[in-house]
Amino acid sequence: MNMSSAQYWHCFRGVLVREYLRFIQQRTRFFSALVRPLLWLVVFAAGFRAALGIAIIEPYETYITYEVYIAPGLCCMILLFNGMQSSLSMVYDREMGSMRVLLMSPLPRWFLLVCKLLSIALVSLLQVYAFLLIALLVDVEPPLWGYLTALPAFLLVAVMLGAIGLFISSWIKQLENFAGVMNFVIFPMFFLSSALYPLWKMQEASEWLYWICSSNPFTYAVELVRHALYMKFDLLAFSVTLSTTILFSLLAINGFNPQRAAKGK
Amino acid sequence: MKKTQRLTQFLAISALLLSVQTAQAQTAYVSNEKDDTLSVINLDTYEVTATIDVGQRPRGIILSKDQSKLYICASDSDTVQVMDLSTHQIIKELPSGEDPEQFALHPNDRHLYIANEDDALATIVDTQTSEVLAQIDVGVEPEGMAVSPDGKIAVNTSETTNMVHWIDTETMQLVDNTLVDQRPRHVEFSKDSKVLWASSEIGGNVSIIDVASRQITHKVTFKIRGVHPDKIQPVGIKLSDDGQYAFVALGPANHIAVIDTKTFKVLEYILVGRRVWHMAFNADQSLLLTTNGISGDVTVVDVAKMKAIKSIKVGRYPWGIVVKSQ
Repeated sequence: MNMSSAQYWHCFRGVLVREYLRFIQQRTRFFSALVRPLLWLVVFAAGFRAALGIAIIEPYETYITYEVYIAPGLCCMILLFNGMQSSLSMVYDREMGSMRVLLMSPLPRWFLLVCKLLSIALVSLLQVYAFLLIALLVDVEPPLWGYLTALPAFLLVAVMLGAIGLFISSWIKQLENFAGVMNFVIFPMFFLSSALYPLWKMQEASEWLYWICSSNPFTYAVELVRHALYMKFDLLAFSVTLSTTILFSLLAINGFNPQRAAKGK
Repeated sequence: MKKTQRLTQFLAISALLLSVQTAQAQTAYVSNEKDDTLSVINLDTYEVTATIDVGQRPRGIILSKDQSKLYICASDSDTVQVMDLSTHQIIKELPSGEDPEQFALHPNDRHLYIANEDDALATIVDTQTSEVLAQIDVGVEPEGMAVSPDGKIAVNTSETTNMVHWIDTETMQLVDNTLVDQRPRHVEFSKDSKVLWASSEIGGNVSIIDVASRQITHKVTFKIRGVHPDKIQPVGIKLSDDGQYAFVALGPANHIAVIDTKTFKVLEYILVGRRVWHMAFNADQSLLLTTNGISGDVTVVDVAKMKAIKSIKVGRYPWGIVVKSQ
């Protein structure tokens, strides 16, 4: 069946509006998504304030406080939790049957999943920018244009994390398994990255820790955002993030089988 | 033919613009205590353009009024060197007394007031004749030195005696002492010569002294979130020409404080490199440069935004800094 671009657009809008409505209706989710990184920024970073002002690393031109250092990592934390939480919603959708309604659409399945990914990403962006706005209060002030140059980086990272989430959700059968995702995916991904400490600090602590951190795609996602926020481009970070996005998108599309969902029910 | 003419015109204009830009570039000179060198920084590109060998342990540096010469306290060479800034050659060495650390040039552009840390002396040298005009007994470990803009008074601080010593420039005699808090390191006069700012390194504060009465009128203390109070050790001071702000380098606290000179309230703490010693403004005072001893760099601060915008690697243990405006 030949589908017109209007029908594709209609479908994308439908998925986006649904995601947006869910976001609006679940206000607690919005606030909890903000409270988590803000606690890190205000409470955790306060104790380490003086810990980092000793070496200048790219993309910074001078010495920075710890708050400034972890802000990009915390933006990615929002995207990470959202990507994973949305994967939970996929399991929920599947259990409730609404996923089948969506997948019954005559549009190709890959397009539906890409719509879902982009919708998750766009909704996450609102939370990231709300966080950056509040972060201004603790002197996290990237250049004004940096907020704009970071936008594509945020989008790519959000899609990457969403794709990883989708891939995982295609393997989860029940809602309860999300705790496992927290322990085995979210926490290791976040802590074993450059979100909280620069890689050279990790290398000082231990060589294998450094090796793990530099093999973690989340590290490159954080670095891509960090550079973009200061109007710089990190080619390596971009390449790794883009490749990971493509890989996991393909895996998720391949792994997401509606028949399996029906059987699971 | 026309094309060639246009090309020549274009090249000529470009060359002219380039030469104007080069002429306008301001240059910062930084003394590197441990490397026995000066780093030269182009303030348009924020790059070190040259590193020049000088005497041993260079610390205090000052420009002559016409900015053609640079005076360098080469502490371990026990001399003040005079550098011709057009050639970067040392053209003269002045008898400074032992271990010169900080000094001040009288507004007459001739008399240099030098603190001799090891000898408890202040030496006055005529830069033209290289003659020592006077040696004045001051407190133990003299350090900070300043001459009032009206040229009437010179002031020296002694680190161990904890005093500000007042010297009459006419008679070249010590006329009075003012007790300040522990380890006074640096002094700076306001532009109208009415107020003196003196930093106390161990005392952790800055005393503001009325020059007429020689009495302390205010004391400014500092508190930085996340920094232990013991690490707050005020050293260098710079006062803006508009009389609005005082900038104080806080040593191992790695910050400089911005103080409102009317209310004496600290407006801002700006994070710079490790162990910040001294500072210098560029010509229009839109930028302030700090020397960061341990991290071996110079941080550039945007004065209007009160933000550090760039740190430039120089030699080991940068100490003194001046900016040549053309």
